[in-house]
Formats: sequence, C-alpha cells, structure tokens
Amino acid sequence: MTGRMGIDRRRFAVRALQLSALSLLTGCDRLSRSPSVAAVLKSAEGLTRRVQRAFRPRRAMAAEFTEADRSPVFPSNGTTSPEDSTYQALAASGFAAWRLEVDGLVQRPSRLSLEELRRLPARTQITRHDCVEGWSAIAKWKGVPLRTLLDDVGVDPRARYVVFHCADTMDEGGSRYYESIDFDDAFHPQTILAYEINDRPLPIAYGAPLRLRVERQLGYKMAKYIMRIELVETFATIGQGNGGYWEDRGYEWYAGI
Amino acid sequence: MVARMSRQGELVRTSLVYRHRLPTRLAHWVTVLCLPILVLSGFQIFNAHPALYWGERSDADRPLLAMRAERTPAGSLKGITQVFGRDFDTTGVLGASRDGSLGVQDRGFPRWATLPGHQWLAMGRRWHFFFAWVFVLNGLAFAVYSVGGGHLRRDLLPNRRELRGLGRSLRDHLLLRMGGEPLGRYNVLQKLAYGSVVFAVAPLAVLTGLAMSPRVDAMVPILPAVFGGRQSARTLHFLLTFGLIAFTVIHLFMVAVTGVVNNLGSMILGWYRIPRREADDDGPNGN
Repeated sequence: MTGRMGIDRRRFAVRALQLSALSLLTGCDRLSRSPSVAAVLKSAEGLTRRVQRAFRPRRAMAAEFTEADRSPVFPSNGTTSPEDSTYQALAASGFAAWRLEVDGLVQRPSRLSLEELRRLPARTQITRHDCVEGWSAIAKWKGVPLRTLLDDVGVDPRARYVVFHCADTMDEGGSRYYESIDFDDAFHPQTILAYEINDRPLPIAYGAPLRLRVERQLGYKMAKYIMRIELVETFATIGQGNGGYWEDRGYEWYAGI
Repeated sequence: MVARMSRQGELVRTSLVYRHRLPTRLAHWVTVLCLPILVLSGFQIFNAHPALYWGERSDADRPLLAMRAERTPAGSLKGITQVFGRDFDTTGVLGASRDGSLGVQDRGFPRWATLPGHQWLAMGRRWHFFFAWVFVLNGLAFAVYSVGGGHLRRDLLPNRRELRGLGRSLRDHLLLRMGGEPLGRYNVLQKLAYGSVVFAVAPLAVLTGLAMSPRVDAMVPILPAVFGGRQSARTLHFLLTFGLIAFTVIHLFMVAVTGVVNNLGSMILGWYRIPRREADDDGPNGN
C-alpha cells in the first residue's frame, strides 16, 4: 500500500520536475522573443563595456605571438567570396582599380589605392583571432595602422565612430556587411587595415584587398572587403542603426567579451 | 521547544534553530535563479562551435572533444561525439537531435538543454552575460559577507577535529547513514562542499569565462596564461560547469533525503527543525 503510494508520489515528483523544467525553458524562449526582455538583457553590454574600459591602461596591448604559434590552418569565416559583380571585376584585375574611400566627418576626404596604402608605414603583428562562435586562430597580419590613416585625413572633432562599408552582400535583402568602432579602438596601435596575412597578399577568403584587425574584440568586428571608411557622429542612420551587420541581428556592438 | 506528531504517530519533541541568516538565504536564491540560466545559455553558446581544445588555439584536427552530425546512407542524421579521438554514437542527445518542427538537426547539445531552445547564439550570449553579472555581483557580496561577517570562519571552514573525521563522515554519507553529527550545524562534508563551491569552483568558472574575453586578455595577460591559453580556459569553463552541475545534483539529492520541507523552509525563513535529543534536555525543569 505504502509502496504503491511511494511510486505514485515519485512519479508525480518526476512529472512535476519535468513540467517545471519545460515551463522554465519555454518561458525563457518566450521571454527571448519579447523586445523589452531582450532590451533588459542587452543592458549588460553597456555595463561590460564601461567596466572593461574603466581599467587602465586603456592602451593595453593584445598578446602577440611567435611565428611558431601560428595556426596551421586559419579558418575563413563569414563571406569567403563576395558574389557582387563590382567586387568580382575588381578582383579579376588584382584590385588595381580598387580605391579605399575615406569620407564623412574628415577634413580631407581621400581615395587611396592599394599601392598608396602599402607605401604608408606598416605594422606587423602575430595575434590571436577570437570568433564569437568560440574558436581561436593565430596568424601574422601586416597593414596600415588605422590611426596613421585617420591622422592623414584629419578627424573632424564631431566624429565619434569609424564605420567600415564592405563589398559583400549578406542576404537576399541586399544588406552589405558593415561594422563600426569608436576611437578607443580606432586609435589603438594594434588596430590596422591589413593587406597581408602570413607574409602574402590577403587572399579573397580572408577579405582581400583590405580587412580590419581590432585585436581586443571578437572576429565579427574585423570587417573584410573594405570599400569605404566613413567617420560619423552616430551610426543610427546606417543599416538598421545598431552599428554593424551582426549587431543589427542581435549581437553586441561592444564585442570585447 | 515544539512537540509534533511523527508519521508513525509518536510524539516527537523538536526545536527550531536559526540556521541560515538573511544574506545567505538571499545569495542562495539568486544563485538558484542564475545557475540554470547560465548553464543553459552556456550550452547555447557552446553549440555555435561544439568542440573543446587545449592551448591558445583551436586546431580543427586536434580537439579534446567534438560533437558533429553525419548523414547515414539511409539519409538520416547521426550524432557523433568524439572524445580524445574516439567516436561515440550519441544520436538524439549530442551531435544531432530533434529540434521541434525542424526535425533532427545538426547541433551539439539538444534543444531541451539550451537557452533559447533553437540555435540563437546572439540571444544565448545576452542571457549569459546579463546573468553572469548578477551571479558575479551576488557572489562578491556573499564573499564579503562571509569573510567579514564571520560566516566563513564560523560555519564553513572545517576545524582539525572535523577533518580527522572526514573518512567516517564520507562513509556514513555513502551509506546514507546521516544523523551521527550535530544537526543544527554543517557537517564536515557540507563545509567542504559549500566552501569549495563558493570559494573555488564558482570563482574559477568566472575567471575562466573572463579569460575568453579578448579585452580582458589584453588587460590581464596572466589570466589566460595560468589556464594554459584561451582555448584551455574555454575547456576548463566547460568542465567547471559540470562540477557545478554535479554539486547541484548531489545537493538536491541530499536535500531530498534529509527532508525537503525542513530544508526548504530553513533556506526560505531561516529556521531549521531538529529532533530534540535526550542529551540536549536541560533537566526536568527545562522546556
């Protein structure tokens, strides 16, 4: 009699546990779709950014590695070959006709060829690339410090963000990849516009002819296939207003974590 | 002094002891809220790249553990978990499992173990980092209270005599023969379990988590280094999670076998009911 009761009670307890686990999960799933809950959860991003940047020195350098530490295979993620015809045409001619446009809130809007960029003082660094998905790979990058370029064109005091417009179309809607960083990272010595990986010109899979390296943030910040750099006061009017292609799809603008 | 009828119908004298102070109770329930959310959203994040490595990099050909899906000749998806180079068929749970109306999908952990249920890395990260802050602030507050308020010294640090009795206590617990120890206070196993979770496992889980942040790694290079690199830190973060899950399972089991109502009540209101033993009687005029 008591045995039977025991089993029933146990079965009830197990059911109750399953039910509460299930309701927790479906509840959280429903909460995830609520814009207000998503906004509350997003508030942690601002806290993380402020706390991480409150630590000194602000110029702290990302670890640099030796040649031997490099990944045998560096994964190429996201777009690996832009299908856009303008890009294809540029690639076919070895990017001879490609020009990097630098405009927006700058004193001297400029157009630079790959040759002109290569003639600027370069920085070479062997760094670890951390993808938001969780993997890490190490490679050697060479490029122009973004600071050098920004100093050349003269930053308007109103400018707060550097926006990178890219060649690759991401979806049927025609959205192109774009990214943005603020001056905390834009003026950092390791933030470079890379045109070489592991001592050879950047292959298309890695973002030819020019990609960004922002060593203290995650991989999706490091825009590939850069066509234009625009300095802005706010990125609210670009894309869906969140500062980047993936940011428009829910990812953090501040990707230092 | 309280008298109650036991289930067997005998009159049992019990007394109430104030077992958990308010800061402990608050910290406990905030942790109860945070931990499941952190674990489930953590599995969501893990699923974006369901493999673990040792060192600074993640070389695709050298994982310690990797989950993947393969298509069988019959056309269905087979879930495979590779551990130290050996493949195990884990279809339905790891590698490939049913994801609602989408059918069997290529995914590390199954839908019921991730938050949100379907693949949604961006939202998993939001849950994870919001509740990581709650968890960290709660943990810091509790640590300050425990050290400053004497909770650590008074209730959590075992003394020499207790440590000598560790073997006996362990044996008694494994045989589920509890009760040989004073009931109002934590026994040596409880002290070691709670103390190490609060002051070792949980802080290490937070530190290995922080060691995955590229900005933190730039500021505190020693952090990823002590764990053997960023990918090692990620692996340790994963293992520590299972340490916390194991602790929780045993903890819930012990709560169940030593009286759900009494334990739960003491963690909500603070008061824990203990049977009054003859030895505790303070004489005929006691009461």
